[in-house]
Amino acid sequence: MTTQILTARMEAHPSDSHTIERYLDTGGYATLKKTVASSKREDIVEQVKASNIRGRGGAGFPMGMKWGFLAASDPKYLVVNADESEPGTFKDRQLLERDPHQLIEGIAIASFALGVNRAFVYIRGEYSKPARRLQRAVEEAHEAGYLGENIAGSGFSLDVTVHLGAGAYICGEETALLNSIEGRRGEPRLKPPFPAVEGLYARPTIVNNVESLSNVPWIVANGGEAYAAIGPERSAGTRMFSLSGHVKKPGNYEIVMGMSWRDLIYGIGGGIRDDNELKTWIPGGASSPWLIPEHLDTAITIDGVVEFGTMLGSGAVVVMDETTDVVAAAHSIVRFFAHESCGQCTPCREGTKWLQDILERIMAGNGRPEDVDLLLDVSDNISPGLVWPPAMTTICPLGPSATAPIISITKYFLDEVNAAIEGRQAAVV
Amino acid sequence: MTSPIANWSPENQERANKILATYPEKRSAIMPLLYLASLEHNHASNEAMCQVAELIGITPSQVRSVSTFYTMFKQEPVGKYLVSVCTSISCHLLGGNEVFDSVSDAAGVGHNQTTEDGQISVEHVECIGACGGAPAVQVNYELIEGVTPDKARALVEWLTQTTPAVVLADEMQQLFGGQRSFDWGPAEHAGAIAPVPAFGPYGSAGGDQ
Repeated sequence: MTTQILTARMEAHPSDSHTIERYLDTGGYATLKKTVASSKREDIVEQVKASNIRGRGGAGFPMGMKWGFLAASDPKYLVVNADESEPGTFKDRQLLERDPHQLIEGIAIASFALGVNRAFVYIRGEYSKPARRLQRAVEEAHEAGYLGENIAGSGFSLDVTVHLGAGAYICGEETALLNSIEGRRGEPRLKPPFPAVEGLYARPTIVNNVESLSNVPWIVANGGEAYAAIGPERSAGTRMFSLSGHVKKPGNYEIVMGMSWRDLIYGIGGGIRDDNELKTWIPGGASSPWLIPEHLDTAITIDGVVEFGTMLGSGAVVVMDETTDVVAAAHSIVRFFAHESCGQCTPCREGTKWLQDILERIMAGNGRPEDVDLLLDVSDNISPGLVWPPAMTTICPLGPSATAPIISITKYFLDEVNAAIEGRQAAVV
Repeated sequence: MTSPIANWSPENQERANKILATYPEKRSAIMPLLYLASLEHNHASNEAMCQVAELIGITPSQVRSVSTFYTMFKQEPVGKYLVSVCTSISCHLLGGNEVFDSVSDAAGVGHNQTTEDGQISVEHVECIGACGGAPAVQVNYELIEGVTPDKARALVEWLTQTTPAVVLADEMQQLFGGQRSFDWGPAEHAGAIAPVPAFGPYGSAGGDQ
């Protein structure tokens, strides 16, 4: 489990991994130079397809296939989704702060392969330091001739603009993000048309996550097959997991998928704080339904967790120990989605607020006997059938995401929820 | 109405022109220009929104519809220091609510309120991507990780007493922080000069860039 693609440089050179000097000194931009000098665009796309890498933003869509959908007419755009906002997730922040040139090289190689001359990086507004780091790195790369006109004498040109968001989780949804760059409210668009056909300024656009693109230099340097050989089938490559909550060693860890949850939480994470009992954990960000100790010895794979009605999402693992009040934890997540709903779709706008209000009255000791049924009924109106993957009555998945904690606490901790409704102290040890 | 350009300092006018020239379509400059405009009045004032509208060539109400969508564009003036306490799930699990109470108590104001002297505004915010260093706090969007209720109180007192012209994350982390999400690497000497994210092209960064 020692394969490191994304974090090797920052671990070996903690004092200056973000500088262009260190990046060049450790072989950086060599792949870009070679690519623009002697590669065919379609060969790069083929390498990414062969790597089997799936998008690291949350949806897990195969990146090479996405690239293959890009319509041919110019101009085309590449948009980097650095709007990392899924509660529990802080991996892209580390990649931006500690190795921004790795991302820039990925952007440049991807742009060459896609025939793009203009890229935008949309960073959430609260990430001021990552934005400064990336901006500085863009300027350094420009001065050194790895961005701008006629990169490395190849005739290929690329400009990169760093654009700050302003506090809206929904802008992580790719079409909301495109609206936001266009200077509009961050409201998701109906699909189709998909961005690859009609995206930014109604032009063909590829939207990729920071971590996804940061893998591109390695994939192109070592070949898609080498990447595909890492980890289990359909969960190829290494992956950043953000570990937080009641673990002894929170942090970002680059792991090869296929290990067990026990290895991640008790091995890498050092176990539960104060050696408490594990109660439950969120496997893939606030949008994902929770898992419980009986799942500890199952493998972490993108497709495998679907069997348990959940997903790896953004790779954010939030651990809760035996002292956790699950109603209050669910409330924190539901309140998040209610706050972040853009308001376009009624089931989400009204439903998330209802879920929040019902949980608040339970927490205030005013729960009603019918409240569990009501929580599930409201959830069912947002996401019919409460199936996995979620069905939708909305334009985007934000509303259905708010049902994840409701499904989880009523499925695994019904006694505790009922106890809270009956006004008793939550049944915590 | 006075000419919008007249109300920008020459430096900000230059920055605004640069931002406008950056994008294939001018309207994309709304958000950067709202940040630039917020610098002068610590919020996206009506006057600022009118300026932005005229620079881009759309109506003030179109700018307002964008401005009010995003929580970081403040519709009312905020204090010199905007203290944002995260209470989303990972911070919630590790005492974010207690940190918020401590900040609120020390400042003497609640969520979305500002002290009478205009120094400190307090808010609780949703996830700011510092979950491995929970609970997390930002001052003018400069981050401090691993904050306890006691350290949060000390932070508010420090801001009130020392009134730093530039807010530096590394300095505050040293004084008031604990567990970090990851190794931050070498200290950075650029920071925020206003309750606006400190970013060079938007004219909002201070210190040694």
